[in-house]
Amino acid sequence: MSGRVSVPTVLRIAANVFKESVRDKVLYAIVLFAVIIIAASLLLGQLTAGQEVKIIKDLGLAAISLFGHFIAIFIGIGLVSKEVERRSIYALLAKPMSRAEFVLGKFLGLLSTLSVNVVVMTVALVVVLGVYGATQPAEIKATWEAPSVDPALGVAAFLILAELAVVTAIALCFSTFTSPVLASAFSVGLVIAGHFSADLKNFEQVIDNKVAAGLARGLYYVLPNLAPFDVKSQVVHALPITPLYVALTTGYGVLYVGALLTLAVLFFSRRDFK
Amino acid sequence: MPAIETHELAKDYKVGFWRPRPYRALDALTLAVEPGEVFGFLGPNGAGKTTTLKLLMQLVYPTSGTASILGRPLGDIEMKRRIGYLPENPYFYDYLTADELLSYFAGLFGYKGTERAARVSRLLDEVGLGAERRLQLRKFSKGMIQRVGLAQALINDPEVIFLDEPMSGLDPLGRRDVRALILRLRDEGRTVFFSSHILSDAETLCSRIAIVAKGRLMASGTLADLVTAQLKGWEIILDGVSQAPPASHPGVRAVTAIAPGRYAVEALPTEDPLRLARELGGLGGRLVSIAQLHDTLEDLFVRQVDQAAGTDRFAPPVAAAGGGR
Repeated sequence: MSGRVSVPTVLRIAANVFKESVRDKVLYAIVLFAVIIIAASLLLGQLTAGQEVKIIKDLGLAAISLFGHFIAIFIGIGLVSKEVERRSIYALLAKPMSRAEFVLGKFLGLLSTLSVNVVVMTVALVVVLGVYGATQPAEIKATWEAPSVDPALGVAAFLILAELAVVTAIALCFSTFTSPVLASAFSVGLVIAGHFSADLKNFEQVIDNKVAAGLARGLYYVLPNLAPFDVKSQVVHALPITPLYVALTTGYGVLYVGALLTLAVLFFSRRDFK
Repeated sequence: MPAIETHELAKDYKVGFWRPRPYRALDALTLAVEPGEVFGFLGPNGAGKTTTLKLLMQLVYPTSGTASILGRPLGDIEMKRRIGYLPENPYFYDYLTADELLSYFAGLFGYKGTERAARVSRLLDEVGLGAERRLQLRKFSKGMIQRVGLAQALINDPEVIFLDEPMSGLDPLGRRDVRALILRLRDEGRTVFFSSHILSDAETLCSRIAIVAKGRLMASGTLADLVTAQLKGWEIILDGVSQAPPASHPGVRAVTAIAPGRYAVEALPTEDPLRLARELGGLGGRLVSIAQLHDTLEDLFVRQVDQAAGTDRFAPPVAAAGGGR
């Protein structure tokens, strides 16, 4: 029974998650803080002669990613654990819906919240860069590798959102079978590991032990590889980001999210609510 | 076809950290509830009532046994469209208003637009929350949440309604309203399965009851079947007597002082109560009342719970190992 998925039901659950986050003051605080950090990058940029635009872009994208991670992990875990702890899930699961629909609805709901937040933060960054660009003389602008308001920023924001989808799925997956504290610890650990997992691929070049190297390679394939979603340096240094790269990275994200959500549904469908 | 049917339904929970042991919350529950019945599922706290309801709602999975609702297996989506459920001490999203919560749940049943709005509005009026419909649930009292819970359980005009301790948290007026609601649901031909440890609710509402204690079904049937109609004795109330009626009288079982000069005399069923009252009235008092004494639901309840007391709920390890889903 857990496998049935009705799109309207999933969307209704997602809409309720979105409504919850819209009414959550904590979320506003996080986004506001991120916007302040982005605005503050304007001041920090002044400290580095000739590198202002790069600094603003780098700090701005980092802030979008970092605060997006906060929201994805901590709200992502609460999506399931709060429902179980407060027992609001009892009346909900008695309605004509499957547990798979519940999990997918929660995921889509948070993803839509994250999308709005990433857009808000990106718009704030573009405004800051636009204001800065407008105040600079043409001869200074001529020295920049890329214009202050660069379409590549949109590509970077899109890949950040794709990464946040993976992070949300990680948090959701852990929260379906363990306590919020453990789920937070596991999620943070896995996301950090995910940013360095590429190093595991070539572990045999560092270590002589074949078993350890094999284990590392196995881990490389299992752990999420989140590094490709980070294109800050390409944006900052005006390096090309090809459509193929974006498509492949997004495709990888979609597959990984699919695998995590499948696991989440399996765990959640077997769970007893004592 | 029964509206609700369980066969040898059992649930073990693992307790203990280092050496978890199976704790039997429900043991081999077999019962059938017919359509249109108001069925009272009675038992003391911790008897397994909520576990049974959670099993029926598939919030927990059985260790063994089977169950069906409206002839469909548990968890069947089409069956869920035809049932309603009020959990024990319910909690709902406190960031929503009563109106929004019911609209959300109505949407899950596929109701849209004006039909949904009309349904929500009617139900909130029915449970006495029409004026508070636009208030966020975080501002609701426990009794108001219970009323919202009842409304959401009825949002789809269910054929079978499961109510877990529906009177919990309600004041006397609220309890009266819920009793009237359950009777109305019965008159509409719906099946109501409700759990309670309040016996007077069962006596006034139920066509049939089951008593569970320590996870085991101790008795089930109509009140008339379970509570014997046989006369147990007579209760004669005398007032204004100068001294206590003699307990040593051959027709008297016990004498209890109620107030100064007022006594309750419990007489044997073989006695003629009027003759006995005249005899005892000779002490200078007057006869207040004569009542027949029968077995009550409370007697039965206490007897069954006492009988279950002292039994071990930890299943033997071998038996527990065979459990499946």
